Amino acid sequence: MDAEAAKYIGAGLATLGMIGSALGVGIIFSGFLQGALRNPSAAAGQFTNLILGAALAEALGIFAFVIGLLCLFG
Amino acid sequence: MAGPMEQFKIDTVVPLPVVNLPGIGAVDLSITNSTFAMMLAAVLIIGFFAVVTAKPKMVPGRLQVVGEGTFGFIDDLAVSIMGPKGRAFFPFILTLFVFILALNLLGMFTVFTATSQVAVTATFAALTILLVIGVGFAKNGIGFFKLFAPSGVPWYLLILVSPIEFISFLLRPVSLALRLFGNMLGGHVAMKVFAGFVVSLGALGLVGIPGAVLAMGGVVALTALEFLVAALQAFVFAVLTTVYLNDVVNLDQH
Repeated sequence: MDAEAAKYIGAGLATLGMIGSALGVGIIFSGFLQGALRNPSAAAGQFTNLILGAALAEALGIFAFVIGLLCLFG
Repeated sequence: MAGPMEQFKIDTVVPLPVVNLPGIGAVDLSITNSTFAMMLAAVLIIGFFAVVTAKPKMVPGRLQVVGEGTFGFIDDLAVSIMGPKGRAFFPFILTLFVFILALNLLGMFTVFTATSQVAVTATFAALTILLVIGVGFAKNGIGFFKLFAPSGVPWYLLILVSPIEFISFLLRPVSLALRLFGNMLGGHVAMKVFAGFVVSLGALGLVGIPGAVLAMGGVVALTALEFLVAALQAFVFAVLTTVYLNDVVNLDQH
């Protein structure tokens, strides 16, 4: 296998890491929505924590994407 | 046609001489597009806040609302996470938030994103973690190491938990730098890739036009998402800085 093909395969495999991050962000938002529909008045106070948690979970998916870009263009 | 990665190339705008510093070696003082973007962001921020505070009124005009809103937002954030001691660190957190936000937004409106360079984001992260460590030792002395021994953990679990806490502390600046860098890099690469699709599909003639229209819709959607991500990443950097500072400032409540 030549290096060019390996680069593309590596980049494709690396982006599989975003599966976990997407699930994680979905779980965070699902938890927030469940809580917000039970206690709507307390929901607005937790909005900051929601955005923070989603950004933290998303960051790990972005790390996987950056490894993919590194494989392809590094 | 340029590929998606060429937008990140550093070009010299104003060539200046290379200076030889004693401890660091040769430093190229040239003004590059990255330096120029950061200077422009600084000028815009100072100009914005100068205009906002120039003629303040009791019933604020629109610009004053934006300026005071940003100030109040970060002030509430610092105080809600750190308590009253948060006011002392509020200038640093506001500067960090507004500077990163300005750099991200300049990347959306101009051709170069300074925060898509690892050097820039790593500098922000290094600054933050050095401040955290410095404040930690200044306020707690040798008691700083209680950070790695959370309260309420029995001694046999502590032997396992402390190295994990220590390693995760060392990873904090790494994740700060890479989070901002990855989000900006990934967003701009994705936008350029979709833009490339528009051109390459449109070049196929009449057959490719529907695909090109779809790709253009993708570019518009991605641009909207990138505006959201620009603001969100600046906010997340500021919040995480506040949380790390809270860990060392309010160490007795850890």
